[in-house]
Amino acid sequence: MLHRSWPPEGVTRVPYWVYQDEAVYREEQERIWRGAAWSYLCLEAELPGPQSFVTTFVGDMPVVVTRDAQGALHAWENRCAHRGALICMQPRGRAERFACIYHNWVYDHEGNLATVAFRRGIAGKGGMPAEARPETQAPKKLRVASVHGLVFGTLSAAAPALEDYIGPEILPRIRRVMKKPVKVLGTYTQVLPNNWKLYMDNVKDTYHASLLHVFFTRFRINRLTQKGGVFVSGDGAHHCTYTEMVEDTGDAYEKDGMRSAGGSNDFRLEAPELLEQVDELGDRVSIQILSLFPGFVLHQIRNSLAARQVVPKGVERTELHWTLFGFEDDDEAMQRRRILQSNLVGPAGYISMEDGAATGFVQRGTAGSPERASVIEMGGSSIGSGDSRVTETAVRGLWQTWRRYMSL
Amino acid sequence: MEPQLQAVVERLHARYVHALDADRLEDWPQFFTENGTYRITTAENEERGLPLPVLYAEGRAMLRDRVASLRHANIYEPQRYRHLVSSILVERLDEQSASSVANFLVVRIMQDGANLLFASGRYLDRIALGPEPRYAERIVVCDSRRFDTLLAIPL
Repeated sequence: MLHRSWPPEGVTRVPYWVYQDEAVYREEQERIWRGAAWSYLCLEAELPGPQSFVTTFVGDMPVVVTRDAQGALHAWENRCAHRGALICMQPRGRAERFACIYHNWVYDHEGNLATVAFRRGIAGKGGMPAEARPETQAPKKLRVASVHGLVFGTLSAAAPALEDYIGPEILPRIRRVMKKPVKVLGTYTQVLPNNWKLYMDNVKDTYHASLLHVFFTRFRINRLTQKGGVFVSGDGAHHCTYTEMVEDTGDAYEKDGMRSAGGSNDFRLEAPELLEQVDELGDRVSIQILSLFPGFVLHQIRNSLAARQVVPKGVERTELHWTLFGFEDDDEAMQRRRILQSNLVGPAGYISMEDGAATGFVQRGTAGSPERASVIEMGGSSIGSGDSRVTETAVRGLWQTWRRYMSL
Repeated sequence: MEPQLQAVVERLHARYVHALDADRLEDWPQFFTENGTYRITTAENEERGLPLPVLYAEGRAMLRDRVASLRHANIYEPQRYRHLVSSILVERLDEQSASSVANFLVVRIMQDGANLLFASGRYLDRIALGPEPRYAERIVVCDSRRFDTLLAIPL
């Protein structure tokens, strides 16, 4: 049990020890990642046929996700019942069975221990006693559920059904993007030099996007003066922010002297085709960023679509696993558009590259002040949906949820 | 092997990495033909036949946009690269062009002195020959799928 005191201001403060403390990290693994939260595992499209599998992580825990011969999805801890070795070494593939390389204990697609090598010994000698029950240490099984092609898992029997967990504010915004069968375009990993919550905090911070990401603002791709808004789930855990395609011609940034404003030299692309969007979802939304607690992000940035999975790797290190996708029925022009617009995201993304840097700056900046706190007062102290993005409402929602899980 | 051609290609590679390592980003587009393409990808995506690049530019205009954005829009900590290029194999394709495969290592040096083996991989090039040889296509295949923090300066 952790004993930490939260600042008396409540939801408008986040003390810096939350990003720094080993004990907090360990407790999060238990209460959140292995607790009652649903974690993103993969796209259904990554499990294309019977007996396919991928390996992934839920927090620190290695996980195998499978589709069995009948097509049902399963997920289980990638840890052999015998000595705890990884059972499955490959990132993805197809397998009849899963054999641990260490002593050849074999598992089926549901993660059941099927056979123990030489369990009865050889020629009447050796082997396990008849009463041995190695199955008691079998890999933990996750509840698995899929929503619009996104696969999630939880170890918790008490967690609500996935659709109820996500809630009615956010679910339609997932369906909006995942409206057809998807096709994976590729993956990569961005290693972030900071605590995992700083990344989620950044994703939910609708206030930063056009101030940090100068590329957005200079090209008038996303300004807070453009029409948009934020949805926050009833419990504060999940969020979705969007910007409409209308071009902003105002000069609020210029008047306030924002670094991100173009100044006297308006910055123009020589090859603007990089940004040309087709309104494929039919609602004139140019950007939608959606997050689910604890570590999932779904983005639509113009015609770039991606799932981002947050994998904590210690107190000060986080991996962000990007999977960019299109739809199965994309024509050549659409695929080319998605490839060009992939320049906006990822570690080299015109927009995304700075998120790793900014969150790392917070990790470093706060090193000497665990007792001090972030000031999260944009939009007051409320948590909820609205039509302004000059707010930190979704960030407050994250911390309200985190504190609930952590009993802090 | 044509020693003369080998020397020409090696010199192009050397000039390219010296320009990047010396922060002469404005010179970078000039190493490509007008319609030259530049693509950074990972060995994993290549092996899976997946088209996703980490960075992709088609023609000098897009390369210049990348430089303009790095200079005037994107925020990243001051940093330098040190490229090492080796094991360069060159083949003549025809009178006007050659292909090259070369290994690279890139060390990234931050302003506080922290350095890191940032990337390793292969350059797969198609080179337009002539008085001034240039890349018609440069594919940078990174061995690892991981990128530390961000990839701002081109590889």
